Formats: sequence, C-alpha cells, structure tokens
Amino acid sequence: MSGKPRLRKGVRLSFDKTRDTHVLLFPEGVLVPNATAAAVLELCDGESTVDDIAAALGTRFRGVRAQDVTDVLTRLADRRVVEWT
Amino acid sequence: MDVTVAPPLGMLAELTHRCPLHCPYCSNPVELTARADELTTGQWLDVLDAARDIGVLQVHLSGGEPLARPDLPELVTRAADLGCYVNLVTSGLGLTEERLADLTDRGLAHVQLSVQGPDAERANRIAGARAHEHKLAAAALVKEAGLPLTVNVVLHKANHDVGALIALAERMGADRLELANTQYYGWALRNRAALMPTPEQLAAAEPVVRAQARRLRGTMEIVYVVADYYEKYPKPCMYGWGARQLTVAPNGDVLPCPAASAIATLPVDNVKTRPLRDIWYDSESFNAYRGEEWMREPCRTCDRRSVDFGGCRCQAFQLLGDAAATDPVCSRSPDRGVVDLLLRSPGEQEEFVMRGPVAAR
Repeated sequence: MSGKPRLRKGVRLSFDKTRDTHVLLFPEGVLVPNATAAAVLELCDGESTVDDIAAALGTRFRGVRAQDVTDVLTRLADRRVVEWT
Repeated sequence: MDVTVAPPLGMLAELTHRCPLHCPYCSNPVELTARADELTTGQWLDVLDAARDIGVLQVHLSGGEPLARPDLPELVTRAADLGCYVNLVTSGLGLTEERLADLTDRGLAHVQLSVQGPDAERANRIAGARAHEHKLAAAALVKEAGLPLTVNVVLHKANHDVGALIALAERMGADRLELANTQYYGWALRNRAALMPTPEQLAAAEPVVRAQARRLRGTMEIVYVVADYYEKYPKPCMYGWGARQLTVAPNGDVLPCPAASAIATLPVDNVKTRPLRDIWYDSESFNAYRGEEWMREPCRTCDRRSVDFGGCRCQAFQLLGDAAATDPVCSRSPDRGVVDLLLRSPGEQEEFVMRGPVAAR
C-alpha cells in the first residue's frame, strides 16, 4: 500500500495510567490498541511511509516486515482510526 | 456481587439545564435544576479530577446549553489537561468565532451540534426559537477551526425526512451524522403521541439511510438509531448499567444513565455528599442493575442477555412501573402488549407541548 498513514481527524492516541495501556480516543468511543498497534500508531505522523514505519520499528523490535505494518494499518483504517494521505 | 466492575470510560457532564431551545423531545427531566442549584466551578473541577482518577477518558460537556456556563473554558482546560477527550454537545447558540478559538486552544477535541429539521421553517418550529441560521453558522465555525463535527438530529413525526437531513449535514460539512429516533424519556414522554413516527415514515427512511451511508462512506459516517417501540428486541441500553458511562446532572446527582432520574424508586447519590469513586463502585444505584444477577425471566436465561442487557431500565419503569422488568419493547417480554397497544392507539395529540424555561429562583 502506498501513501502515508495518519490518525484521522478527531482521533487521539493517549496513554491511560488507570488502565496502564495506550488508548485511542475518538467521538464514538475508546479503543484499546494492542502493543503492536500502539507502536505503529505512534509513528503515524502523515509524513512517514509504511517502509519508514517498518524501519523505525525494526530498531526496537526484531523481524518487523512492511507487510505486518500494512496489515495493522488496514485493520485500523477499517475501524476509522487511520487514514491515508 | 460476582461482577468485576470495570472503570468508567465516559462521563456526560450536564453542566446546566438552561437552554435557549424548547424542543418538545427534550430528554432532560420534567423537573429541571434551577441555576441556583447548579454545581459551582470548583465543584465541577473536582468532579473532573475525580472522574479522571477513576478512569474516565471521554468527557461530554452537555446540558441544556453548556455555553450558558461562563466557566466552560476553565472546565475544558481541566478536562483536556487531565488527558480526557473533550466533546462539546451544543445547540450552537452562543458559539462565536472567539469563543470557539479559545475552547480549541484549551483542548476541545470535538463538537456535537444539534439540528432540529432539514430547513429553517421546520427546524425553528421544533426548536421553539429562531435557531437554524445560528446552527449553520456554528457548523461553519467548527469546520474553520479544524475540529471534527458531528451533527445530531432527533427524528420524529414532524421531521422524519432523512434524505433532506443527510443533504443538510453534508452541506454543513459534518464528519458524522447521528439520526436518532426519539427516545421517550423526560419531557419527550409528554409528547410521545405527537412525536411517534409512523410505520410508513420508518419504512421509507431505512433504505434511504442505507443508500446514503454507502454513498458517503469515508466522507461522512451516518449513525441511525432505530425507533425501539417498533423493534423486535430492545436497545442495548448504555451497554449495560454501570458498565461504561456515568452522568452527572447539573446539581451533582450521579446517574447510571442520563434518563435514570425517571426511575422514582432509584436512590441517587450526589457528588457533594459522596466521592465519585464510591458512587461508581459501591452505590446502590450503580449496582442495582449491574451484570445479570438482578435479571428475572425471561432475561435471566435468555441467549440475548449479554447482547442487550435486558434493554432499558428506565423504559421498564416508565411503562411497567418496575425497573427490573424486561424492557417491554422486547418481543420476549410478557408485557410486549403494552408497547403494541401504544403503537395501535398512540393517543390524540397533534400539537407539541414545548419545553418550558427553567423555573427562575
């Protein structure tokens, strides 16, 4: 998938100390992303490509493939959390 | 109680019952809180702190008209600084470019704007005020400020024109449109006969909503809330009593659902006399219908009990006088006949009883 992912307007990624987890806040509600999704979302700045994100994650985690990142982002786009620019 | 109580996700903060509109479908209680009985700024700030402390992540600043509170900016700042997603639920009246810019700077995340009808004539008649043009202006301000906009429409017999409403929301630049058939609580119950849409209106609306939602996919999300009296199963009210959200009324009363003051048998705690944490976890009101222990038949053994949680407690109380009964909307309720009777003979009422102003004190 080409393009640069970013959080949709109105969606905020935040860390909740009460629940000790990342949370995605948006008008319809709250989603709790898993650790992988949260790590990807933190890098979705509208400037980085999937390859950039996979490379950045590769410095923190072993064996990150661009396809994995794309899969996560596709699911998040279906949930209206992420959009492609 | 063998239920694990999760922290609340959202708080509806009804800052005031004062409102420039007089909508006949108003869901606020028949007895409104007078200005003199509203929580002070300091008390609301404490409520926000306490809410975040027990896990609230979304704060819906509502009313009445929240812009009627001069301390709104301070409350937005606090909620945003606490890390909450701050949503303003407004009629749009009183929203100026300056006020919105200030609220946005302070961390407002989203605006929910009510619309009463597809054109000024119908909308103003329903609102009981010359409001429609202000709403169009307010929507434009929200878009200019770069905030996401949800347009909310309460649907009823006098405005059930979903095609025109969708077109209007599109022109307003809404990111989301909520088309919610009236729910009969508070003042709305008084006007039920005049508000109840006809089966023909509902049948006509659904294919339009489906087709338009498909066309607008990715541009404007459409949420359609069905008319539950006509449904086979009840709505999953609040996704379970005391499960996700709490409401704080203008006087500090804490309710498990915005309409719960309708349940006359429910003891109600207040933030002025009991900590919010205690109210959420330990109060009689929040535990009354939590989980499934309170359920009787047919809910207790129903395969849908974790889908709709027995439906709406307020509706069970209002229609049957028993808040622990199965929501009589449910086709499996032994009392479904009560709802069928209301649909067959809704009563003679053509004119709305408009929402009156708050008693001055």
